[in-house]
Amino acid sequence: MQESILDPRSEPDNNRLAGFLPRKLNKWHYTSGALALLVAVPLLVVFSGWLKPETEIWSHLADTILDQLVINTIKLVVGVGIGVVILGVSLAWLTARCEFPGRKWFDWLLMLPMAMPAYVLAFVAIGLLDFSGPVQTALRTWFGTSNIWFPEIRSTGGLITVMVIAFYPYVYMMARTAFITQGRSTLEAARMLGASSYGIFWRIALPMARPAIAAGTTLALMETLADFGTVATFNYDTFTTAIYKAWFGFFSLQAASQLASILLLLVFVSLMLEKSSRRKSKYHDSMRSGEPPRLHLSGWRGWTVSGLLALLFLIAFLAPFIQLCLWSFQVVTTDFDERYLGLLAHTLLLGALAAMVTVIAGMVLSFARRFQPDRTTLVTTSLATLGYALPGSVLAVGIMVAASGFDNGINNLFESIGLNMPGQIFGGSLLALVLAYVIRFMAVAFGPIETVLSRIRPSLPEAARSLGATSSQTLKAIYLPLLRPGLMTGLLLVMVDTMKEMPATLLMRPFGWDTLAVRIYEMTSEGEWERAALPAITLVFAGLIPVVLLIRRSQKRRK
Amino acid sequence: MKKYLLSLFALVITFPVYATDPITVYSARKEHLIKPLFDAYTEKTGVKIQYITDKAGPLLARIKAEGRNTPADLFMTVDAGNLWQAAEEGVLAVTDSKLLETNIPVHLRDPENRWFGLSVRARTIVYSTERIKDGELTTYEDLADAKWKGRLCLRTSKKVYNQSLVAMLIARHGEERTEQLVKGWVANLATAPFSNDTKTMEAIAAGQCDVGIVNTYYFGRLKKKKPEIKLALFWPNQDSTGVHVNISGAGVTKHAKNRNAATKLLEWLSSPEAQEKFAGLNMEYPVNPAVEADDVVKAWGEFKSDDLNVSSAGAMQATAIKLMDRAGYR
Repeated sequence: MQESILDPRSEPDNNRLAGFLPRKLNKWHYTSGALALLVAVPLLVVFSGWLKPETEIWSHLADTILDQLVINTIKLVVGVGIGVVILGVSLAWLTARCEFPGRKWFDWLLMLPMAMPAYVLAFVAIGLLDFSGPVQTALRTWFGTSNIWFPEIRSTGGLITVMVIAFYPYVYMMARTAFITQGRSTLEAARMLGASSYGIFWRIALPMARPAIAAGTTLALMETLADFGTVATFNYDTFTTAIYKAWFGFFSLQAASQLASILLLLVFVSLMLEKSSRRKSKYHDSMRSGEPPRLHLSGWRGWTVSGLLALLFLIAFLAPFIQLCLWSFQVVTTDFDERYLGLLAHTLLLGALAAMVTVIAGMVLSFARRFQPDRTTLVTTSLATLGYALPGSVLAVGIMVAASGFDNGINNLFESIGLNMPGQIFGGSLLALVLAYVIRFMAVAFGPIETVLSRIRPSLPEAARSLGATSSQTLKAIYLPLLRPGLMTGLLLVMVDTMKEMPATLLMRPFGWDTLAVRIYEMTSEGEWERAALPAITLVFAGLIPVVLLIRRSQKRRK
Repeated sequence: MKKYLLSLFALVITFPVYATDPITVYSARKEHLIKPLFDAYTEKTGVKIQYITDKAGPLLARIKAEGRNTPADLFMTVDAGNLWQAAEEGVLAVTDSKLLETNIPVHLRDPENRWFGLSVRARTIVYSTERIKDGELTTYEDLADAKWKGRLCLRTSKKVYNQSLVAMLIARHGEERTEQLVKGWVANLATAPFSNDTKTMEAIAAGQCDVGIVNTYYFGRLKKKKPEIKLALFWPNQDSTGVHVNISGAGVTKHAKNRNAATKLLEWLSSPEAQEKFAGLNMEYPVNPAVEADDVVKAWGEFKSDDLNVSSAGAMQATAIKLMDRAGYR
């Protein structure tokens, strides 16, 4: 496989050359196609829901709630989209390209909200800020009246705020990587041509970071569309609500699958449109020509920025973190037991395993898109990342059905040739669970890797090849070091996402393989939010482990 | 790295999870409410029990997908609707057991004996002791009256407990009247429906509304944490249908590998020995009439409960949801 990764013949350095390549399938089509197939099997299970028409449920939904759900979903997607872009990009610009008091701390502190699952943030926010929560209760006692105005947290605005806080790290981390790795020379050239800092941001840095920002926003929005836990806590009805209503309420997995497949089609089409819209643009960059100089925000301006970031950190992480700690103290004596070590170990092990496999797969996909940038690869790579847009339980059942189908096939085969049936082989195994994570989180690994890869100038590996380097040497000496920021971001995101993952873990875990997310589910499934704080806080700490490791590594490297 | 992963995968493949000796339970009842009982059973009989927990929907989909290879011997849920659906889809077997029939009243199990209630969950009215006067509360139906305008708090209609409640109302009053009732509830709401019962009760205690409908064990839990909270339970419909009840229960699967052992476990769970703990762990009511409820639970008072078979909750669930959607109950 490495042979083909670095074969310069299949590497067009621009579109003119691509036109001359023979129009037939090559290795890249097959590898990306194989990964797409892996993801496509459970998706096909979802699409097979159409085999049994469910007109009654459809007409009921259309008559009653569907239009409101669609409007709600659009509001949510637009709100979260705008929010994560503004917040993520400005934070990334500030920490990556400016200098102000406490900048080194904020650099990584601002990643921490990622360790907090969105549904946890949701129940903390509502617990703190609703009418019966401590804040409003204190205000009522203070003013001695129950007639005080306070913004309603259980509202569209409240939900969007919570989701922006939970999902901005995707944009922040990718934009930050993009800004840090933008070459000094490009920016200096701009400066010499008389551009102001303002102009450099809007006309050079921002457009150059566009693929990274788009990739981060895509992840945030796919997660918003697939989310159920957060919107359910807010009792806010989205398209996902209809999917679960069809399944759990009307007992029709078929209707749920049909609704989910519409969601998938929409995401697939938007992914294709987004990618094609900038397929012609190239974002190659003179990387590693030194970090560009930072803009020094001196005096009151610097301190204002620090103050605002501190406030954001307080709201986005510290306040919920402290609230979780307080709740945990109430139950730690009764609930904390020796099994927590096992839960933690399972959580970290599954996270690490899934992260490694997914990142390798994501890298292969990225190479496929780089070396074979045609429509076929665009389709296969987009397809391979679709798992992230599907509500978790629907995808989990899709994978389970596929796995069981495999098992049943084997069993039938054994029976037909007169052997003892082996029973379950694949379903309920660790391998199936890890594959489920890979299918679900492929987009999370692919996004950061692809954006970094697309900025590597083809001339670099070409030069290496012409100097006689073998393909594996080129991979080791050129690609892997240059890809490092993307690989690291991908590893971190997939690991943390896997550790937070609930539906697939619940349904597919081997017996006894409970994780912290499973424990959170056990507590929240019947409204014991305070008791869920203990596993939630442990999960946040577990999530900090890869974050801290990543930061220490990157700091060491910069020294 | 590649070699390492490959060998790991090989390891996983060569050590599949077999379900031979132990009883395998797929449970929507959460772990800390079943594990103490399973542990006690294992200690008593030596029979091992393995389980996974998840929502009923995905677990049922899994049993169906696994077909005859399913490791599941027992399917356990926290409501009658999902058991009814499991029976409809043909994944549960008929279990003929004299013991189960004696231990469990007829309205708390499947008429065809494919599933059995193991504990009773009563859904009743909770009110503020500060703002509700004696005699003000009467029935579920009465909460639709305009006198409750701006005083009612409800949990979301997406929760199965409310779906069952409305399903039972439909069974009693028919669709037309029930729809008027639910519309009345919605018109009386003080604030948007909450995502859980505890939040509903906290809102009542904080003065956002005066009355709500909750499962009793949530009340017990809250009362245990905040004994001074000014809330109390009211038993509605005592002159008519009785308090709405649902069950947490289980059934033996059609393709159970360990059918006899699973049936024995089910029988034991319905026995006086296990019932006290099964219900008591979550402050629910035992199904077995010979067993008394926990002291805390008993202190809430005696009540007449609805004796309509709980399976109608499942049969009417879709109708109930459609009705609530039409009535604008979110």
